[in-house]
Amino acid sequence: MLRLENLQKQYKTGDRALKGIDLVVPKGQVMALIGPSGAGKSTLIRCVNRLVDPTSGHVYLNDMDITHLGYRGLRVARRRMGMIFQEYALVERLTVMENVLSGRLGYVGFWRSYFRKFPQSDINEAFRLLERVGLDNMVDKRADELSGGQRQRVGIARALIQNPELLLVDEPTASLDPKTSRQIMRLISELCQERQLAAIINIHDVLLAEMFAKRIVGLKSGEIVYDGPPDGLSPEVLTTIYGEEDWTATIDHVDEEDLTEEERRERERLMKKSS
Amino acid sequence: MNKNIQHRTWKRPPFITNPLLKWSLIVGASLYLALAFGTIDFDWQRIADGAPRGKRFIASFFPPDFLTRSSAILDGIFESLWMTVTSTVIGIALSIPIGLGAARNLAPRAVYLLCRAIVALSRTFPEIILAIFFVKLFGFGPFAGFLALSLATIGFYGKLLAEDIEDMDPVQAEAVRATGATWWQWLIYAVLPQVLPRMIGLGLYRFDINFRESAVVGIVGGGGIGATLLTAFDRYEFDSAAAILLIIIAIVMVVEYSSGYIRRWVQ
Amino acid sequence: MAVRMTGEVKIWQRRERGKQLAIWVGWLVSVAIFVYCWQLISEKTIWMFVNDAPRQAADLAERMIPPKWEYLDKLWIPLWDTLNIATLGTVMALILAVPIAFCAARNTTPSVLLVRPVALFIIVSSRSINSLVWALMLVTIIGPGVVAGILAIGFRSIGFCAKLLYEAIEEIDETQVEAITATGANRAQTLAFGIVPQIMPAFAGISIFRWDINIRESTVLGLVGAGGIGLQLDASISTLAWTQVSVILLAILATVIVSEWVSAKVRHAVI
Repeated sequence: MLRLENLQKQYKTGDRALKGIDLVVPKGQVMALIGPSGAGKSTLIRCVNRLVDPTSGHVYLNDMDITHLGYRGLRVARRRMGMIFQEYALVERLTVMENVLSGRLGYVGFWRSYFRKFPQSDINEAFRLLERVGLDNMVDKRADELSGGQRQRVGIARALIQNPELLLVDEPTASLDPKTSRQIMRLISELCQERQLAAIINIHDVLLAEMFAKRIVGLKSGEIVYDGPPDGLSPEVLTTIYGEEDWTATIDHVDEEDLTEEERRERERLMKKSS
Repeated sequence: MNKNIQHRTWKRPPFITNPLLKWSLIVGASLYLALAFGTIDFDWQRIADGAPRGKRFIASFFPPDFLTRSSAILDGIFESLWMTVTSTVIGIALSIPIGLGAARNLAPRAVYLLCRAIVALSRTFPEIILAIFFVKLFGFGPFAGFLALSLATIGFYGKLLAEDIEDMDPVQAEAVRATGATWWQWLIYAVLPQVLPRMIGLGLYRFDINFRESAVVGIVGGGGIGATLLTAFDRYEFDSAAAILLIIIAIVMVVEYSSGYIRRWVQ
Repeated sequence: MAVRMTGEVKIWQRRERGKQLAIWVGWLVSVAIFVYCWQLISEKTIWMFVNDAPRQAADLAERMIPPKWEYLDKLWIPLWDTLNIATLGTVMALILAVPIAFCAARNTTPSVLLVRPVALFIIVSSRSINSLVWALMLVTIIGPGVVAGILAIGFRSIGFCAKLLYEAIEEIDETQVEAITATGANRAQTLAFGIVPQIMPAFAGISIFRWDINIRESTVLGLVGAGGIGLQLDASISTLAWTQVSVILLAILATVIVSEWVSAKVRHAVI
């Protein structure tokens, strides 16, 4: 599905953000990318849809090399990858509906998008998604009138209306309170399961990562230092990723009652498998 | 030791901490003022003589006479208004591509430098100098004034548009780019909503400026109310001049109030 | 709500139909106004001259080159005058603008009904009248010369500075003023400790901004006899000494660039 080969990025300032990343994400897998600030998580995600151009190496989406696409090819590739941003990144002066429909820009022509005459099928899909994320009564609100959690839901709808095969999620919970963070992460993981989407989720919060991802990749100074299931995150592993600290509280796992029935079963299955 | 603490004095910290810089600024400023006043030949005699003359002069402004020259005044005011409308519209229309080109985060380097140069050139000279030259080239009349005002508008509006685009939120722009939008779609969905309200406000402001400037391009033959005003001064018809000035003030006030209203509506 | 139901299908439109219609009508009216204005102007234009303009421009350019550099020697004093007109005019305007701004700001004015309208009228009149028109009047009253220029720049800038200043005063943080008032300070003390520190940066910014504009404006005041380099420009144009005109224009260009550089530096240092 997605394959990174020896991906490197060196910024003009000389910082080497990525030092040869090799990574394969199969279809339908939700992968969490953890690591300290400055480890290169954001750069890695942005290299996949080339908001940042990698210095060398390759990104393959279904065996298509994205790294050497021209302007038109890149646009077609980008619409197959939905992106969800930290701080939501909605266009604040547009309405909720316009923000969601902006996810279809890669599919419609200029004049249609200029006059907001999107195909009815897109409109139907937008309504369906807004209903799914629970915002169907806010269609004509302007984005800057919404709360943080609501904005992120619009952001999710915008990414999904692209009908992507892959979700790139950059710190989706960075500016949300703990409860909303969990709701948003749950929504993302449910939607990935419904649609069999692969996803790379950058996340600061190790607990949330353990809760909602089946595979954890730890990044440190541009290199992968851990790749495995959530249970493999021992204090030693966390120390190699983040440095010395008391990790017992983090490892002590999630309060079980916060998990839905399905998540609990999934977790038990994983535990049995790993033990 | 304790005694010292009890009697510690406090002085307000100086605005400029470096004493050398502070004193050189003070000395420099007073030196400049002395020199400036020294070289201006204040003709006190003349100013003293001027005082009663000035009183008479000011008195001759009252009451403003709207009627004697009413047809000339009306013609001039309307011509100024036509010039204002056309030059604002054309100037803004031309400055949009130039402003886009002069935004560092949008344009390639060569385009950026070219557009910045255009903006800088059209901003340097006051409207009236531009008008002098356009009158030389295109003959007397409102067309020369229209060109001068349009060119000045390009410099003003292009610069502010470019700065506004450079200040926009890059994250919102990135998000729209990530959906696979074309450059034009990106412009409409990410850039336009962010800059539009302010640009409408600035457009109205420029309309206001252009109207005020249209009163002076006429002094050098560029059409509009300025010519009427100059004639009034030349013929010592100060009551007519006062009427013209009052009309200008009134129109500027109307424009200002309505633009405030439109601005709130756009927000 | 711009959402309609048609049977089972939800239709979304960007705006409600009435609003969309109003916008189209607005566009139509604006275009009509523009076309009308354009026609009026083109009626008064002699298009033969316009068509001839490129040739005229080439001719003029030819006559302006090469610039007569020796003439620069005669420009130093007018340039110094120009600088003085701009600087002293700005200083005068700032001194007068401060009390007017405090009278015009809603939260500091002594009387909303009596003083504020007067202050606002002073501001509007000063702003509406171009400095060149002010100069025209002043030259008639006190005669041609640098003083008329300084006063013209000063009168024109009072309104500009006072307007920006009173807007800054109206935007101050009231809680800070309350805190000072709560200590039992009188009106003047409140002003000095609660309001002045808050508007100082705005004041500095406005002065530099206006000074920069005034440099530009004072270069042309001489056209009506109010001193500065404009006098030389006027004289050279009326004697058709085009090689001198090009020197003057270059001198103005250099002055404007230097003043812009200086004001950018100072703004950076102050704010």
